[in-house]
Amino acid sequence: MTTDQLQVRVNGRLVTVLAGTVVAAAIARAGVAWSRHSVIGQPRGALCGMGVCMECRVMIDGQPQARSCLILCVEGMEVVTDE
Amino acid sequence: MNDSAFDVVVVGGGPAGLGAACAAAESGSAVGLLDDTPWLGGQIWRGQELKPANREARRWLTRFGDSGATLLRGASVVAAPHPGLLLAEQNQRPCQVRWQRLILATGARELFLPFPGWTLPGIMGPGGLLALAKHGWPVNGRRVLLAGSGPLLLAAAESLSRQGANVVSILEQAPWRKVMAFGLALAAHHKLWQGIQLKLRLLGVPYCCGAWPIRAEGNDQVRRVTLTDGQRTWVEECDLFACGFGLVPNVELPLALGCELAAGFVRVDSRQATSVPHVYAAGEPTGIAGAGSALVQGLIAGYAAAGQAAKAEALFAERDGWHRFRAALARAFALRLELKTLAADDTLLCRCEDVSLGHARQFNDWRDAKLQSRCGMGACQGRVCGAAAKVILGWEAVSVRPPVLPALVSSLISQPQPRPEQSSSDPRASSKRP
Amino acid sequence: MSQSFDVIIVGAGIVGAACAAECARQGLKVLVVDRGPFAGGATGAAMGHIVVMDDSEAQLALTAYSRSLWRQLRDQLPADVEYDACGTLWVAADEEEMAEVRRKQQCYTEHGIRVETLGPGAIAEAEPNLRPGLAGCLRVLDDAVLYPPCAARFLLTQAERHGAHVRLGVTVQDLLPEGGVALADGSRLAARFSVNASGHWSPALTRGLPVRKRKGHLVITDRYPGFLRHQNIELGYLKSAHSLGQDSVAFNIQPRKTGQILIGSSRQFDAEDTTVDQVILDRMLQRALEYMPSIGALASIRVWTGHRAATPDKLPLIGPSVEGNSIWLATGHEGLGITTSLGTGRLLADLLLNRPTEIPSTPYLPARFAKDQLTHHPE
Repeated sequence: MTTDQLQVRVNGRLVTVLAGTVVAAAIARAGVAWSRHSVIGQPRGALCGMGVCMECRVMIDGQPQARSCLILCVEGMEVVTDE
Repeated sequence: MNDSAFDVVVVGGGPAGLGAACAAAESGSAVGLLDDTPWLGGQIWRGQELKPANREARRWLTRFGDSGATLLRGASVVAAPHPGLLLAEQNQRPCQVRWQRLILATGARELFLPFPGWTLPGIMGPGGLLALAKHGWPVNGRRVLLAGSGPLLLAAAESLSRQGANVVSILEQAPWRKVMAFGLALAAHHKLWQGIQLKLRLLGVPYCCGAWPIRAEGNDQVRRVTLTDGQRTWVEECDLFACGFGLVPNVELPLALGCELAAGFVRVDSRQATSVPHVYAAGEPTGIAGAGSALVQGLIAGYAAAGQAAKAEALFAERDGWHRFRAALARAFALRLELKTLAADDTLLCRCEDVSLGHARQFNDWRDAKLQSRCGMGACQGRVCGAAAKVILGWEAVSVRPPVLPALVSSLISQPQPRPEQSSSDPRASSKRP
Repeated sequence: MSQSFDVIIVGAGIVGAACAAECARQGLKVLVVDRGPFAGGATGAAMGHIVVMDDSEAQLALTAYSRSLWRQLRDQLPADVEYDACGTLWVAADEEEMAEVRRKQQCYTEHGIRVETLGPGAIAEAEPNLRPGLAGCLRVLDDAVLYPPCAARFLLTQAERHGAHVRLGVTVQDLLPEGGVALADGSRLAARFSVNASGHWSPALTRGLPVRKRKGHLVITDRYPGFLRHQNIELGYLKSAHSLGQDSVAFNIQPRKTGQILIGSSRQFDAEDTTVDQVILDRMLQRALEYMPSIGALASIRVWTGHRAATPDKLPLIGPSVEGNSIWLATGHEGLGITTSLGTGRLLADLLLNRPTEIPSTPYLPARFAKDQLTHHPE
């Protein structure tokens, strides 16, 4: 692993990403298609990429409702998407 | 709590904000710039801080770095409770920012219009996908379809191609004659426009005008999109669908401050001053016209706020030169009527609260729809559905209440008090604990 | 309009809607008018709690009566009314407040209201996000919360089902002493009775009415299902609601069925505007954080204000006005409009039809302020 790479955990699975990767992208790289489920249970993923649509919200390090498109991955981060 | 005070506070770190901060700081004002993302550059210059590819962006980012202005990175404005004071949230902590002059450079966001299947994962705005791709979203080798409206479609397609995406097709809803006229009419930007088109032609990417999406399908994510030109329909398979219908100005903070709007944009005078004393606005909130326009507006606002009237005036002609571009943009990419009827009654309008268009439209206005159906009462505070409702139903959103963007409850408090440790001050309580 | 009504109700908030539903159900020809949309006033801003409160014997009687009417109605309520019998915890911070809890326990029990007293261990288990070190609480089991705009709409629909007419966007200028109303456009609508149910606007239609606007603030969060199990109210709430003087805040928090948390409460007189008052918002949230520190980390989506209609004795005005037997009142419900709306409707209908009321109506009769009102009434 080079110095500009880091590892985060998405739904328990380790994912290696480059520094500067946002959590939403790490989720996509982990092969997870969605970040959350809507009120009626629809799978949802990032839409606007700039923090206003709220579709990319996931739990990061135990904090719910975090906007994954605006949060940079940090070594050891725990990301949990909606089941 | 971090409190700070500046002569001039700029909200937004895109071209307008950077220009404003540079102008004011170089004129001797103490300047603070707040941007709610981890990176400077706004949307259009996204990713330029780390990997500068755009010469203009690099120049202004460097100039900002040298200007002496203070950057409050990751600071999101929560409320503007009194003139001269902003409540913000930075790193999940509240902070107060005092200002003598305020420049609002809050940019724009993409317009999303509902159509059957529009909520499937893998469907994003063109700008959104572009931004995410710059921050690691995997696009290499993926089939990407782009649709909607505006020059951003081409810019996004070109950039995504360079990153290895297999751009299947670009569908612009505006008719070809309008888009052609736009390209030809702009001598100054002609080359840029032609350049992008040429690149895409070389890559074999079809650019179809007068076509739009009518349905997206897939199980857990988008797999195929049905498109139409009004006569025939056809299907494209894709891994990612970048669909956005132009830009919507972020006028929420200006509204919260009491700035008057004209035709949905912040009304400003020649010095970029709004209707509220000492508050200026620059860039997309005053009219959708791109980075060049935003930059010169920002410079004017920065000089004006710093009391440099002559320097501001010297840029009036260049700023006004963009008015034609702005008007041409609006004319060329005006939304066709068919887009208002893409959504069926059972298509969701509000994605946060899952309210269908059919349910929402039975009400008289935005306020009733909000109260009764919860449309617009979710986490995005009506930004996505409100903009769509304006296009489809003609509803105007009325008021803006704090927080301007969702904020932690603790960030709503302007004067936090330290709380005494409960257990140590109450011996009886601690002795009762099992 | 040649049609004549038995009752014209001015105001399509929860109280007007409840009165309309009850009067129509009892066979009266009802018209509801409102110059704006329905739930345009306090109803649209309200927390939506249904709570038995014992600030006075009369308040206890009315809230208990009305709460039981809500319970009877609950199975008919559509899903979007979000009726949730989550119960209320009256939170005691220390032993002094626990004494008050025991007093309340006795009082509520004597009136047939199901309650239980929880000590420090039990309250922590019942509501984990409350801060440690609290002395306990009174849990009122059958209190509930609902979503007021949809409840008002439901009641109006019920009224229409029984033949009532509802006309929104119609401004009433005057309540006519001979019955009926005069509209702003100059026309008149005839009726045997008119009912002023216009909330904090009621003094505009009935001059000298002892109703004052009392401003409140609320904050709503994003969805956090399971974070909060009951409505929580600090015992100081009664002091805040009771006080006629300065601005006051009191901890009052409630879960919505959506999982969103509603945080209140504040009270201010002489605060006519609807803008968010940062100073009192600070105080309100500081107070809330004292009881439930973990709400600080929740994402808030919206802050708003509303105005309650407050009377000098904290009891609503239900019955014939002092001006004449054709003009009636159903207003002044302060922070208990949702709770006591159904009870108000019943009392009003029973009084109009000269039937015995199910609880004594005397404490709420407008005549109790007759002396004060006549001195205000311009001759």
